[in-house]
Amino acid sequence: MIKRLKDLKKTILESQVWRSMFRHDYADTPRNRTLQIMSNVWMHLHPPKVRRHAIRIRFTWCMGGITFLLFLVLTVTGVVLMFYYRPVAEYAYADMKYLQFDVPFGMLVRNMHRWAAHGMVITVWLHMFRVFMTGSYKSPREFNWVIGVILLTLTLLLSFTGYLLPWDQLSIWAVTVGTNMARATPLLGHEGPFAQVAGVTPRYDARAFLLGGTIVGPPTLLRFYVLHCIFLPILASLLMIVHFWRIRKDGGISGPL
Amino acid sequence: MAEAPGRAAVAEKAKVTPKPKIKPIEDKIHCWPYLVRSEYVCSIIITALLMVWSIGINAPMEEPANPTNTPNPSKAPWYFLGLQEMLVYFDPWMAGVVLPSLIIVGLMVIPFVDINPKGNGYYTFQERKFAVTMFLFGFLILWVSLIVTGVFLRGPGWNLFWPWEVWDPHKVVALTNVDLPYWGPFKVLGNPKIFDVELLGLTLVTLYLTVLPVAFWFWKSKTSPILQELGPLRYGIVAFLFLTMMGLPIKMFLRIAFNIKYIWVTPWFNV
Repeated sequence: MIKRLKDLKKTILESQVWRSMFRHDYADTPRNRTLQIMSNVWMHLHPPKVRRHAIRIRFTWCMGGITFLLFLVLTVTGVVLMFYYRPVAEYAYADMKYLQFDVPFGMLVRNMHRWAAHGMVITVWLHMFRVFMTGSYKSPREFNWVIGVILLTLTLLLSFTGYLLPWDQLSIWAVTVGTNMARATPLLGHEGPFAQVAGVTPRYDARAFLLGGTIVGPPTLLRFYVLHCIFLPILASLLMIVHFWRIRKDGGISGPL
Repeated sequence: MAEAPGRAAVAEKAKVTPKPKIKPIEDKIHCWPYLVRSEYVCSIIITALLMVWSIGINAPMEEPANPTNTPNPSKAPWYFLGLQEMLVYFDPWMAGVVLPSLIIVGLMVIPFVDINPKGNGYYTFQERKFAVTMFLFGFLILWVSLIVTGVFLRGPGWNLFWPWEVWDPHKVVALTNVDLPYWGPFKVLGNPKIFDVELLGLTLVTLYLTVLPVAFWFWKSKTSPILQELGPLRYGIVAFLFLTMMGLPIKMFLRIAFNIKYIWVTPWFNV
Protein backbone atom coordinates (compact mmCIF):
# COMPACT_ATOMS: atom_id res chain seq x y z
CA MET A 1 0.00 0.00 0.00
CA ILE A 2 2.65 2.49 1.02
CA LYS A 3 4.78 1.43 -1.86
CA ARG A 4 1.86 2.04 -4.22
CA LEU A 5 1.36 5.52 -2.82
CA LYS A 6 5.05 6.24 -3.23
CA ASP A 7 4.88 5.02 -6.80
CA LEU A 8 1.85 7.20 -7.40
CA LYS A 9 3.63 10.23 -5.98
CA LYS A 10 6.63 9.49 -8.17
CA THR A 11 4.42 9.17 -11.23
CA ILE A 12 2.70 12.48 -10.50
CA LEU A 13 5.87 14.36 -9.67
CA GLU A 14 7.63 13.12 -12.77
CA SER A 15 4.68 13.60 -15.09
CA GLN A 16 4.98 16.11 -17.86
CA VAL A 17 2.03 18.11 -16.52
CA TRP A 18 3.46 18.48 -13.02
CA ARG A 19 6.94 19.30 -14.24
CA SER A 20 5.56 21.90 -16.61
CA MET A 21 4.08 23.73 -13.61
CA PHE A 22 6.76 23.24 -10.98
CA ARG A 23 10.36 23.51 -12.09
CA HIS A 24 11.86 22.18 -8.88
CA ASP A 25 11.07 19.80 -6.06
CA TYR A 26 10.31 20.76 -2.49
CA ALA A 27 13.31 19.32 -0.65
CA ASP A 28 14.84 21.97 1.62
CA THR A 29 18.09 22.69 -0.18
CA PRO A 30 19.67 26.09 -0.81
CA ARG A 31 19.05 25.61 -4.53
CA ASN A 32 15.35 24.96 -4.01
CA ARG A 33 15.03 27.85 -1.58
CA THR A 34 16.33 30.11 -4.31
CA LEU A 35 14.14 28.51 -6.98
CA GLN A 36 11.03 28.87 -4.80
CA ILE A 37 11.51 32.60 -5.19
CA MET A 38 13.05 32.85 -8.65
CA SER A 39 10.70 30.54 -10.55
CA ASN A 40 7.47 31.88 -9.07
CA VAL A 41 5.91 34.95 -10.63
CA TRP A 42 4.43 36.17 -7.32
CA MET A 43 7.43 35.35 -5.17
CA HIS A 44 10.00 36.85 -7.49
CA LEU A 45 8.97 40.22 -6.18
CA HIS A 46 11.56 39.17 -3.58
CA PRO A 47 15.24 38.62 -4.13
CA PRO A 48 16.42 35.08 -3.27
CA LYS A 49 18.15 36.46 -0.20
CA VAL A 50 17.68 39.52 2.00
CA ARG A 51 19.75 41.10 4.71
CA ARG A 52 19.07 39.51 8.05
CA HIS A 53 17.61 42.64 9.66
CA ALA A 54 15.09 42.99 6.81
CA ILE A 55 12.79 40.44 8.42
CA ARG A 56 12.95 42.03 11.85
CA ILE A 57 9.55 43.55 12.56
CA ARG A 58 11.23 46.20 14.71
CA PHE A 59 13.09 47.45 11.64
CA THR A 60 10.38 47.45 8.97
CA TRP A 61 7.20 47.45 11.08
CA CYS A 62 5.91 45.42 8.10
CA MET A 63 4.04 48.58 7.10
CA GLY A 64 4.81 48.59 3.38
CA GLY A 65 3.71 44.97 3.12
CA ILE A 66 0.52 45.58 5.10
CA THR A 67 -0.28 48.57 2.89
CA PHE A 68 0.07 46.35 -0.20
CA LEU A 69 -2.03 43.62 1.44
CA LEU A 70 -4.78 46.15 2.20
CA PHE A 71 -4.62 47.37 -1.40
CA LEU A 72 -5.22 43.79 -2.55
CA VAL A 73 -8.11 43.38 -0.08
CA LEU A 74 -9.57 46.65 -1.38
CA THR A 75 -9.26 45.49 -4.98
CA VAL A 76 -11.06 42.21 -4.30
CA THR A 77 -13.82 43.65 -2.12
CA GLY A 78 -14.11 46.63 -4.46
CA VAL A 79 -14.75 44.40 -7.46
CA VAL A 80 -17.43 42.52 -5.49
CA LEU A 81 -19.09 45.83 -4.58
CA MET A 82 -19.03 46.90 -8.24
CA PHE A 83 -21.36 43.99 -9.05
CA TYR A 84 -24.09 45.54 -6.94
CA TYR A 85 -23.50 49.27 -7.11
CA ARG A 86 -24.58 51.73 -9.80
CA PRO A 87 -22.98 55.22 -9.79
CA VAL A 88 -26.25 56.97 -10.64
CA ALA A 89 -27.76 59.45 -8.20
CA GLU A 90 -31.20 57.76 -8.32
CA TYR A 91 -29.82 54.28 -7.59
CA ALA A 92 -26.60 54.70 -5.62
CA TYR A 93 -28.11 55.03 -2.15
CA ALA A 94 -30.69 52.29 -2.80
CA ASP A 95 -27.90 49.99 -3.94
CA MET A 96 -26.07 50.67 -0.68
CA LYS A 97 -29.20 49.64 1.23
CA TYR A 98 -29.52 46.58 -1.00
CA LEU A 99 -25.93 45.65 -0.13
CA GLN A 100 -26.67 46.18 3.53
CA PHE A 101 -29.90 44.17 3.80
CA ASP A 102 -30.27 41.79 0.85
CA VAL A 103 -26.91 40.84 -0.63
CA PRO A 104 -25.42 37.79 1.14
CA PHE A 105 -22.43 39.05 3.13
CA GLY A 106 -22.95 42.43 1.44
CA MET A 107 -22.48 44.41 4.62
CA LEU A 108 -19.36 42.43 5.50
CA VAL A 109 -17.80 43.17 2.13
CA ARG A 110 -18.71 46.85 2.38
CA ASN A 111 -17.37 47.04 5.94
CA MET A 112 -14.13 45.36 4.93
CA HIS A 113 -13.75 47.78 2.02
CA ARG A 114 -14.40 50.79 4.23
CA TRP A 115 -12.16 49.79 7.12
CA ALA A 116 -9.37 48.53 4.90
CA ALA A 117 -9.41 51.92 3.16
CA HIS A 118 -9.07 53.78 6.45
CA GLY A 119 -6.43 51.26 7.52
CA MET A 120 -4.46 51.79 4.33
CA VAL A 121 -4.31 55.55 4.92
CA ILE A 122 -2.85 54.88 8.37
CA THR A 123 -0.41 52.18 7.30
CA VAL A 124 0.86 54.22 4.38
CA TRP A 125 1.60 57.10 6.78
CA LEU A 126 3.34 54.76 9.18
CA HIS A 127 5.31 53.27 6.29
CA MET A 128 6.50 56.75 5.35
CA PHE A 129 7.29 57.44 9.00
CA ARG A 130 9.40 54.26 9.25
CA VAL A 131 11.21 54.96 6.00
CA PHE A 132 12.01 58.47 7.19
CA MET A 133 13.18 57.34 10.61
CA THR A 134 15.56 54.77 9.11
CA GLY A 135 16.82 57.33 6.57
CA SER A 136 15.95 54.88 3.83
CA TYR A 137 15.20 57.67 1.35
CA LYS A 138 18.88 58.54 1.18
CA SER A 139 21.04 57.81 -1.84
CA PRO A 140 20.51 55.63 -3.89
CA ARG A 141 16.82 55.45 -2.95
CA GLU A 142 15.85 59.12 -3.51
CA PHE A 143 13.64 58.45 -6.51
CA ASN A 144 11.76 55.61 -4.84
CA TRP A 145 10.86 57.99 -2.01
CA VAL A 146 9.45 60.42 -4.58
CA ILE A 147 7.33 57.61 -6.06
CA GLY A 148 6.27 56.73 -2.53
CA VAL A 149 5.06 60.30 -1.94
CA ILE A 150 3.01 60.12 -5.15
CA LEU A 151 1.56 56.78 -3.99
CA LEU A 152 0.70 58.36 -0.64
CA THR A 153 -1.16 61.14 -2.46
CA LEU A 154 -2.93 58.58 -4.67
CA THR A 155 -3.98 56.61 -1.57
CA LEU A 156 -5.60 59.74 -0.14
CA LEU A 157 -7.29 60.52 -3.46
CA LEU A 158 -8.55 56.94 -3.77
CA SER A 159 -10.00 57.13 -0.30
CA PHE A 160 -11.48 60.55 -0.95
CA THR A 161 -13.16 59.60 -4.25
CA GLY A 162 -14.57 56.46 -2.63
CA TYR A 163 -15.94 58.55 0.21
CA LEU A 164 -18.56 60.06 -2.12
CA LEU A 165 -19.94 56.81 -3.53
CA PRO A 166 -22.44 55.85 -0.73
CA TRP A 167 -24.27 59.05 -1.72
CA ASP A 168 -25.46 59.78 1.80
CA GLN A 169 -25.32 63.02 3.79
CA LEU A 170 -21.91 62.13 5.22
CA SER A 171 -20.37 61.61 1.81
CA ILE A 172 -21.72 64.53 -0.21
CA TRP A 173 -20.98 67.10 2.48
CA ALA A 174 -17.51 65.77 3.19
CA VAL A 175 -16.75 65.92 -0.53
CA THR A 176 -18.36 69.37 -0.75
CA VAL A 177 -16.07 70.66 2.01
CA GLY A 178 -13.04 69.00 0.39
CA THR A 179 -13.66 70.15 -3.17
CA ASN A 180 -14.64 73.68 -2.11
CA MET A 181 -10.93 74.25 -1.68
CA ALA A 182 -10.50 73.99 -5.45
CA ARG A 183 -12.38 77.21 -6.03
CA ALA A 184 -9.67 79.04 -4.09
CA THR A 185 -6.89 77.79 -6.37
CA PRO A 186 -4.75 80.72 -7.45
CA LEU A 187 -5.61 81.68 -11.05
CA LEU A 188 -7.72 78.53 -11.65
CA GLY A 189 -10.44 78.93 -9.01
CA HIS A 190 -13.11 81.62 -9.20
CA GLU A 191 -12.57 82.69 -5.59
CA GLY A 192 -8.81 82.31 -5.63
CA PRO A 193 -6.16 85.00 -5.91
CA PHE A 194 -5.95 86.58 -9.38
CA ALA A 195 -9.19 84.89 -10.54
CA GLN A 196 -10.13 88.03 -12.51
CA VAL A 197 -6.83 87.93 -14.36
CA ALA A 198 -7.47 84.37 -15.52
CA GLY A 199 -11.14 85.10 -16.19
CA VAL A 200 -12.53 82.01 -14.46
CA THR A 201 -16.18 81.86 -13.39
CA PRO A 202 -18.02 79.52 -11.01
CA ARG A 203 -19.08 77.43 -14.01
CA TYR A 204 -15.63 77.34 -15.59
CA ASP A 205 -12.92 76.86 -13.02
CA ALA A 206 -10.88 74.13 -11.35
CA ARG A 207 -13.72 73.11 -9.05
CA ALA A 208 -16.31 72.86 -11.84
CA PHE A 209 -13.86 70.75 -13.82
CA LEU A 210 -13.51 68.42 -10.84
CA LEU A 211 -17.23 68.21 -10.06
CA GLY A 212 -18.69 68.38 -13.54
CA GLY A 213 -20.90 71.26 -12.39
CA THR A 214 -21.18 73.87 -9.69
CA ILE A 215 -22.31 71.52 -6.90
CA VAL A 216 -21.60 67.96 -5.83
CA GLY A 217 -24.28 66.40 -8.03
CA PRO A 218 -24.91 63.35 -10.24
CA PRO A 219 -22.07 64.19 -12.67
CA THR A 220 -19.70 64.33 -9.70
CA LEU A 221 -20.82 60.89 -8.60
CA LEU A 222 -20.03 59.42 -12.01
CA ARG A 223 -16.71 61.25 -12.23
CA PHE A 224 -15.58 60.13 -8.80
CA TYR A 225 -16.72 56.56 -9.53
CA VAL A 226 -14.63 56.37 -12.70
CA LEU A 227 -11.65 57.95 -10.97
CA HIS A 228 -12.08 55.61 -7.99
CA CYS A 229 -12.54 52.35 -9.90
CA ILE A 230 -10.44 52.84 -13.01
CA PHE A 231 -8.09 55.78 -13.27
CA LEU A 232 -6.58 55.97 -9.77
CA PRO A 233 -6.22 52.19 -9.15
CA ILE A 234 -4.48 51.68 -12.49
CA LEU A 235 -2.17 54.62 -11.87
CA ALA A 236 -1.44 53.42 -8.35
CA SER A 237 -0.79 49.87 -9.60
CA LEU A 238 1.66 51.09 -12.22
CA LEU A 239 3.53 53.16 -9.67
CA MET A 240 3.50 50.26 -7.20
CA ILE A 241 5.20 48.09 -9.83
CA VAL A 242 7.89 50.73 -10.19
CA HIS A 243 8.09 51.18 -6.40
CA PHE A 244 8.67 47.48 -5.70
CA TRP A 245 11.02 47.06 -8.66
CA ARG A 246 13.09 50.03 -7.57
CA ILE A 247 13.55 48.57 -4.08
CA ARG A 248 15.52 45.71 -5.62
CA LYS A 249 17.26 47.80 -8.27
CA ASP A 250 18.39 50.28 -5.61
CA GLY A 251 20.10 47.54 -3.63
CA GLY A 252 17.31 45.89 -1.69
CA ILE A 253 16.05 46.98 1.67
CA SER A 254 18.18 49.65 3.31
CA GLY A 255 20.64 48.81 6.04
CA PRO A 256 23.79 50.11 7.70
CA LEU A 257 26.47 50.41 5.04
CA MET B 1 19.56 53.98 19.35
CA ALA B 2 20.35 50.67 20.95
CA GLU B 3 22.48 49.71 17.98
CA ALA B 4 24.72 52.76 18.04
CA PRO B 5 27.03 51.74 20.91
CA GLY B 6 27.32 48.27 19.38
CA ARG B 7 28.53 49.67 16.10
CA ALA B 8 30.88 52.04 17.84
CA ALA B 9 32.37 49.11 19.75
CA VAL B 10 32.84 47.17 16.53
CA ALA B 11 34.53 50.16 14.94
CA GLU B 12 36.86 50.43 17.93
CA LYS B 13 37.72 46.77 17.65
CA ALA B 14 38.38 47.13 13.94
CA LYS B 15 40.98 49.78 14.69
CA VAL B 16 42.87 47.49 17.04
CA THR B 17 42.84 44.28 15.02
CA PRO B 18 44.41 44.38 11.54
CA LYS B 19 41.82 44.84 8.80
CA PRO B 20 40.86 41.65 6.94
CA LYS B 21 41.85 41.87 3.25
CA ILE B 22 38.56 40.45 1.92
CA LYS B 23 35.34 42.37 2.47
CA PRO B 24 33.17 40.21 4.73
CA ILE B 25 30.17 38.66 2.97
CA GLU B 26 26.98 40.43 3.97
CA ASP B 27 24.85 38.64 6.51
CA LYS B 28 21.98 37.47 4.31
CA ILE B 29 19.26 34.88 4.69
CA HIS B 30 16.99 33.11 2.25
CA CYS B 31 13.64 34.79 1.57
CA TRP B 32 12.15 31.30 1.35
CA PRO B 33 11.24 30.43 4.02
CA TYR B 34 12.33 33.15 6.46
CA LEU B 35 10.75 36.26 4.89
CA VAL B 36 7.87 34.55 3.10
CA ARG B 37 6.61 32.82 6.21
CA SER B 38 6.61 36.10 8.19
CA GLU B 39 4.68 37.78 5.42
CA TYR B 40 2.27 34.88 5.35
CA VAL B 41 1.64 34.97 9.09
CA CYS B 42 1.35 38.77 8.99
CA SER B 43 -1.20 38.59 6.15
CA ILE B 44 -3.30 36.07 8.05
CA ILE B 45 -3.27 38.16 11.23
CA ILE B 46 -4.19 41.38 9.41
CA THR B 47 -6.92 39.67 7.38
CA ALA B 48 -8.36 38.06 10.50
CA LEU B 49 -8.31 41.38 12.37
CA LEU B 50 -10.00 43.11 9.46
CA MET B 51 -12.70 40.41 9.28
CA VAL B 52 -13.43 40.55 13.01
CA TRP B 53 -13.46 44.34 12.95
CA SER B 54 -15.81 44.34 9.92
CA ILE B 55 -18.16 41.81 11.49
CA GLY B 56 -18.29 43.86 14.68
CA ILE B 57 -18.43 47.44 13.45
CA ASN B 58 -20.57 48.66 10.59
CA ALA B 59 -19.37 51.31 8.15
CA PRO B 60 -21.21 54.60 8.70
CA MET B 61 -24.34 55.25 6.66
CA GLU B 62 -26.49 58.34 7.05
CA GLU B 63 -29.64 59.63 5.38
CA PRO B 64 -29.70 59.93 1.57
CA ALA B 65 -27.76 62.81 0.08
CA ASN B 66 -29.69 66.06 0.34
CA PRO B 67 -28.08 69.15 -1.21
CA THR B 68 -30.56 71.44 0.57
CA ASN B 69 -29.69 70.28 4.09
CA THR B 70 -26.18 71.24 5.16
CA PRO B 71 -25.11 69.50 8.36
CA ASN B 72 -23.37 71.64 10.98
CA PRO B 73 -20.48 70.96 11.25
CA SER B 74 -19.65 69.64 7.78
CA LYS B 75 -16.41 67.77 8.08
CA ALA B 76 -14.07 66.49 5.36
CA PRO B 77 -12.88 62.86 5.69
CA TRP B 78 -10.78 62.52 8.83
CA TYR B 79 -7.43 62.35 7.01
CA PHE B 80 -8.06 65.83 5.54
CA LEU B 81 -9.17 67.42 8.82
CA GLY B 82 -5.66 68.76 9.42
CA LEU B 83 -6.12 70.80 6.26
CA GLN B 84 -9.65 71.83 7.24
CA GLU B 85 -8.30 72.87 10.64
CA MET B 86 -5.75 75.11 8.91
CA LEU B 87 -8.69 77.04 7.44
CA VAL B 88 -9.13 78.61 10.87
CA TYR B 89 -5.77 80.30 10.47
CA PHE B 90 -5.40 80.76 6.70
CA ASP B 91 -7.66 81.57 3.75
CA PRO B 92 -8.68 78.64 1.52
CA TRP B 93 -6.16 79.44 -1.23
CA MET B 94 -3.40 78.98 1.34
CA ALA B 95 -4.79 76.23 3.62
CA GLY B 96 -6.56 74.27 0.90
CA VAL B 97 -4.29 74.64 -2.12
CA VAL B 98 -0.85 76.14 -1.54
CA LEU B 99 0.05 74.45 1.75
CA PRO B 100 -1.13 70.95 0.71
CA SER B 101 0.84 71.28 -2.52
CA LEU B 102 3.88 72.42 -0.58
CA ILE B 103 3.52 69.45 1.79
CA ILE B 104 3.63 67.06 -1.18
CA VAL B 105 6.46 68.88 -2.92
CA GLY B 106 8.29 69.33 0.37
CA LEU B 107 8.15 65.60 1.09
CA MET B 108 9.42 64.87 -2.42
CA VAL B 109 12.48 67.10 -2.12
CA ILE B 110 13.56 65.67 1.25
CA PRO B 111 16.05 63.16 -0.25
CA PHE B 112 17.63 65.86 -2.39
CA VAL B 113 18.15 68.46 0.32
CA ASP B 114 19.10 66.05 3.12
CA ILE B 115 22.67 65.34 2.04
CA ASN B 116 23.76 63.99 5.41
CA PRO B 117 25.10 60.52 4.52
CA LYS B 118 24.70 59.22 8.06
CA GLY B 119 21.65 57.40 9.35
CA ASN B 120 21.04 55.54 6.08
CA GLY B 121 19.33 52.28 6.94
CA TYR B 122 19.18 52.36 10.71
CA TYR B 123 17.38 54.25 13.45
CA THR B 124 19.32 57.16 14.87
CA PHE B 125 18.54 60.54 16.32
CA GLN B 126 22.06 61.59 17.29
CA GLU B 127 23.40 61.52 13.72
CA ARG B 128 20.58 63.52 12.11
CA LYS B 129 19.01 65.70 14.78
CA PHE B 130 17.72 68.47 12.51
CA ALA B 131 16.06 66.18 9.96
CA VAL B 132 14.37 63.99 12.55
CA THR B 133 13.23 66.97 14.63
CA MET B 134 11.73 68.69 11.58
CA PHE B 135 9.92 65.56 10.46
CA LEU B 136 8.53 64.75 13.89
CA PHE B 137 7.40 68.35 14.33
CA GLY B 138 5.67 68.44 10.94
CA PHE B 139 4.14 64.98 11.16
CA LEU B 140 3.22 64.56 14.82
CA ILE B 141 2.80 68.10 16.11
CA LEU B 142 1.24 69.73 13.06
CA TRP B 143 -0.37 67.01 10.92
CA VAL B 144 -1.54 64.45 13.49
CA SER B 145 -2.49 66.84 16.29
CA LEU B 146 -4.49 69.06 13.92
CA ILE B 147 -6.34 65.97 12.70
CA VAL B 148 -7.10 65.00 16.32
CA THR B 149 -8.36 68.54 16.96
CA GLY B 150 -10.50 68.48 13.83
CA VAL B 151 -11.99 65.06 14.55
CA PHE B 152 -12.67 65.31 18.27
CA LEU B 153 -12.71 68.97 19.31
CA ARG B 154 -14.59 70.77 16.52
CA GLY B 155 -18.36 71.10 16.73
CA PRO B 156 -21.07 73.28 15.17
CA GLY B 157 -19.76 76.47 13.61
CA TRP B 158 -16.30 74.86 13.75
CA ASN B 159 -16.16 76.04 17.37
CA LEU B 160 -13.97 74.30 19.91
CA PHE B 161 -15.78 71.85 22.18
CA TRP B 162 -14.13 69.63 24.74
CA PRO B 163 -15.19 65.97 24.53
CA TRP B 164 -17.32 66.28 27.67
CA GLU B 165 -19.13 69.40 26.43
CA VAL B 166 -22.48 69.25 24.65
CA TRP B 167 -22.39 70.45 21.02
CA ASP B 168 -24.43 73.65 21.26
CA PRO B 169 -25.23 74.93 17.75
CA HIS B 170 -26.06 78.34 19.23
CA LYS B 171 -22.78 78.76 21.08
CA VAL B 172 -21.82 82.43 20.87
CA VAL B 173 -18.17 83.16 20.25
CA ALA B 174 -17.14 86.81 20.24
CA LEU B 175 -15.57 87.78 16.90
CA THR B 176 -12.84 90.04 18.19
CA ASN B 177 -10.18 89.22 15.62
CA VAL B 178 -8.40 92.18 14.07
CA ASP B 179 -5.90 92.52 11.26
CA LEU B 180 -2.35 93.30 12.23
CA PRO B 181 -2.30 97.01 11.20
CA TYR B 182 -5.20 97.67 13.60
CA TRP B 183 -3.69 95.78 16.50
CA GLY B 184 -1.96 97.25 19.55
CA PRO B 185 1.37 98.92 18.80
CA PHE B 186 0.89 98.87 15.03
CA LYS B 187 -2.12 101.20 15.24
CA VAL B 188 0.17 104.23 15.46
CA LEU B 189 1.52 103.56 11.95
CA GLY B 190 -1.92 104.29 10.46
CA ASN B 191 -1.71 101.43 7.93
CA PRO B 192 0.19 103.07 5.04
CA LYS B 193 -0.57 101.58 1.59
CA ILE B 194 0.96 101.63 -1.86
CA PHE B 195 -1.36 100.64 -4.76
CA ASP B 196 -3.84 99.38 -2.14
CA VAL B 197 -1.23 96.99 -0.72
CA GLU B 198 -0.54 97.33 2.98
CA LEU B 199 3.08 98.23 3.52
CA LEU B 200 3.31 96.78 7.02
CA GLY B 201 2.32 93.27 5.91
CA LEU B 202 4.47 93.52 2.79
CA THR B 203 7.47 94.45 4.93
CA LEU B 204 6.91 91.72 7.50
CA VAL B 205 6.31 88.93 4.96
CA THR B 206 9.33 90.01 2.92
CA LEU B 207 11.48 90.18 6.04
CA TYR B 208 10.31 86.73 7.08
CA LEU B 209 10.69 84.93 3.75
CA THR B 210 13.73 86.64 2.21
CA VAL B 211 15.72 88.91 4.51
CA LEU B 212 15.69 86.48 7.43
CA PRO B 213 17.05 83.43 5.56
CA VAL B 214 19.51 85.50 3.50
CA ALA B 215 20.85 87.21 6.61
CA PHE B 216 21.21 83.86 8.35
CA TRP B 217 23.14 82.53 5.33
CA PHE B 218 25.63 85.41 5.38
CA TRP B 219 25.97 85.18 9.13
CA LYS B 220 26.58 81.43 9.34
CA SER B 221 27.76 80.09 5.98
CA LYS B 222 31.41 81.11 6.56
CA THR B 223 31.66 79.11 9.77
CA SER B 224 29.18 76.28 9.27
CA PRO B 225 30.48 73.30 7.25
CA ILE B 226 26.91 71.99 6.99
CA LEU B 227 25.72 75.16 5.25
CA GLN B 228 28.78 75.19 2.95
CA GLU B 229 28.12 71.63 1.90
CA LEU B 230 24.43 72.35 1.43
CA GLY B 231 25.10 75.22 -0.96
CA PRO B 232 22.83 78.23 -1.56
CA LEU B 233 20.20 76.42 -3.66
CA ARG B 234 19.54 73.57 -1.24
CA TYR B 235 19.73 75.97 1.68
CA GLY B 236 17.20 78.26 0.00
CA ILE B 237 14.74 75.40 -0.55
CA VAL B 238 15.11 74.14 3.02
CA ALA B 239 14.76 77.66 4.43
CA PHE B 240 11.66 78.39 2.34
CA LEU B 241 9.94 75.13 3.28
CA PHE B 242 10.92 75.48 6.93
CA LEU B 243 9.68 79.06 7.19
CA THR B 244 6.43 78.18 5.39
CA MET B 245 5.85 75.31 7.77
CA MET B 246 6.58 77.54 10.76
CA GLY B 247 4.09 80.05 9.37
CA LEU B 248 1.29 77.81 10.64
CA PRO B 249 2.32 77.69 14.33
CA ILE B 250 3.18 81.40 14.15
CA LYS B 251 -0.29 82.28 12.88
CA MET B 252 -1.86 79.91 15.40
CA PHE B 253 0.01 81.68 18.18
CA LEU B 254 -0.92 85.16 16.93
CA ARG B 255 -4.56 84.14 16.67
CA ILE B 256 -4.85 82.40 19.99
CA ALA B 257 -2.74 84.86 21.98
CA PHE B 258 -3.62 88.19 20.31
CA ASN B 259 -6.75 87.55 18.15
CA ILE B 260 -4.91 88.60 15.01
CA LYS B 261 -6.65 87.53 11.80
CA TYR B 262 -4.56 88.66 8.84
CA ILE B 263 -0.96 89.81 8.84
CA TRP B 264 -1.22 91.20 5.35
CA VAL B 265 -4.28 92.25 3.37
CA THR B 266 -4.00 92.89 -0.38
CA PRO B 267 -6.71 93.33 -3.02
CA TRP B 268 -5.96 89.83 -4.34
CA PHE B 269 -5.20 87.68 -1.32
CA ASN B 270 -4.78 87.83 2.43
CA VAL B 271 -2.13 86.17 4.55
